[in-house]
Amino acid sequence: MKVEQKKMQNALMESKDLSVFYGEYEAVKKASIPIYEKTVTAVIGPSGCGKSTFVRSLNRMNELIPGVEVKGEVLYHGDNIYDSKVDPVNLRRRIGMVFQKPNPFPKSISQNVSWGPKINGMTDALDDRVEEALKKAALWDEVKDKLDQNGLSLSGGQQQRLCIARAIAMEPEVILMDEPCSALDPISTGRVEDLLFELKKKYTIVIVTHNMQQAARISDHTAFMYQGDVIEFDETKKIFTRPSKKQTEDYVTGKFG
Amino acid sequence: MSWNETKQLKKRKILGKIFSGLCTMAAFSSVVLLVVLLSKVFFDGWAYLDWQFVTSFPSRFFEKAGIQSALMGSLWVISLTCMIAVPIGVGASIYLEEFAPKNRFTHLIHLNISNLAGVPSIVYGILGLVIFVRGFGFGRSILSASLTTALLILPIIIIASKEAIKSIPNSTRYAALALGASKWQTVRDHVIPSALPSIMTGMILAISRAIGESAPLLIIGALGYVAFNPQGPMDAFTVLPIQIFNWAARPQAEFHQLAAAGIIVLLVVLLLMNSIAIFIRYRYQRKLR
Ligand SMILES: Nc1ncnc2c1ncn2[C@@H]1O[C@H](COP(=O)(O)OP(=O)(O)OP(=O)(O)O)[C@@H](O)[C@H]1O
Ligand SMILES: [Mg+2]
Repeated sequence: MKVEQKKMQNALMESKDLSVFYGEYEAVKKASIPIYEKTVTAVIGPSGCGKSTFVRSLNRMNELIPGVEVKGEVLYHGDNIYDSKVDPVNLRRRIGMVFQKPNPFPKSISQNVSWGPKINGMTDALDDRVEEALKKAALWDEVKDKLDQNGLSLSGGQQQRLCIARAIAMEPEVILMDEPCSALDPISTGRVEDLLFELKKKYTIVIVTHNMQQAARISDHTAFMYQGDVIEFDETKKIFTRPSKKQTEDYVTGKFG
Repeated sequence: MSWNETKQLKKRKILGKIFSGLCTMAAFSSVVLLVVLLSKVFFDGWAYLDWQFVTSFPSRFFEKAGIQSALMGSLWVISLTCMIAVPIGVGASIYLEEFAPKNRFTHLIHLNISNLAGVPSIVYGILGLVIFVRGFGFGRSILSASLTTALLILPIIIIASKEAIKSIPNSTRYAALALGASKWQTVRDHVIPSALPSIMTGMILAISRAIGESAPLLIIGALGYVAFNPQGPMDAFTVLPIQIFNWAARPQAEFHQLAAAGIIVLLVVLLLMNSIAIFIRYRYQRKLR
């Protein structure tokens, strides 16, 4: 408990009674989850329980969907990101996102990576930045000879790592990942998972996943959601070995979901 | 062998054959019609189609008559029309698709634009006469004609560009916005470049329509006989379709052949404009690859 409280204090982000509505429908109900610096937080739960909705509300991407309403707050460095003084454009520079389906721009590999820094005025040594990001995303060796090729010509797994490189190039503090491996084969998935271990040395990661083993392998904390409620949040080890709620146990042991 | 029952399958196959036959016939009949029309035009006009025809001004004497002033008039009107209609049309479609709120009012605008595309061109002519020729006092000039034609093709450009922009998947926009891009940066660097080939296709359609229009320009006051090239946007003018009509309406057979030659020139201009647009589109698509 003491350890928990100490960690609570240096949570980099924290959702507090966060509710998200699609019109009348409450997709996330009063979710309160801390996200600790330089750790991986997994969000698990059956389909439709609100995982994507929750993650999207951490960098205000949900605002792009018409009819979405948010109640409660998300603290980032202690400030509520839903405060009217916060510009979502600024926020998303710091909190990057990788989507479920790889979505490279229909541009060259290097342009895919350099575009973010470029539009944000980080134009010095752009080539080095591209190289570094691609290296960190474990893609450099595969693409270093064809940086001018279209990003869409890569395989699905490579595309997803390109999207990760694109997010890293912005040097964000937090990277949100919504089922980044669901469109990938096991080998590409393994690559991305290895990558996550590397990335969490520098970045704070929130990852949505359907894959229980994946959550157990890669995350430090796990939140279990069910029908919009956060049923349980704890250290991953505890969630998967001795969860305190019956529903969590049923889910992680595969009894439902 | 009840699973291998063939009677019903045969019937379905025959039906399929009949349908594809009908479709082929429909396609062929239009192609045949086009070929007949074109060969008639070429047959009639070929004799008069030479460099002298292109470089001469119209005349009462058919041996000396040419199409230069109409050709120049058409080029002036089309260029000016594009300069006016393309930025406004593409801009409007970007606003409507990307920035405008989705409410009743904008819905009404969308609906109206679709309806405007179906308004007869002569109505635009009357509008142009009242607003540009008289209202703004631009007179019976190239400028009035271009503004009127621009109004006429704006709905076509807007609708085509809107569809092009709509077809860009949201995942592209989300990818850009998630990098901390502003809406405008997203649209400028990703939406417009991806939509450009389809926008160009709409532009080709619009230009083709504009270059063949004569009714609204007659109302605006394009002249039937112009023996000089326009020097500026405020000059009087004629255009190819009107010159062609003028010749075709005369009793002498020779002038009918001149009309045919004029049609060939019009077709060449049309094809040239289209190939320029297709070339740009091709270049762009290759760059994207
Ligand atoms: N754009 C939307 N408009 C209306 N309702 C939505 C929208 N997106 C999601 N929902 C609803 O909100 C609930 C949560 O959806 P969400 O996408 O967050 O689930 P999820 O946990 O990510 O599911 P999955 O594992 O299948 O991706 C679902 O019931 C869904 O129907
Ligand atoms: Mg989801």
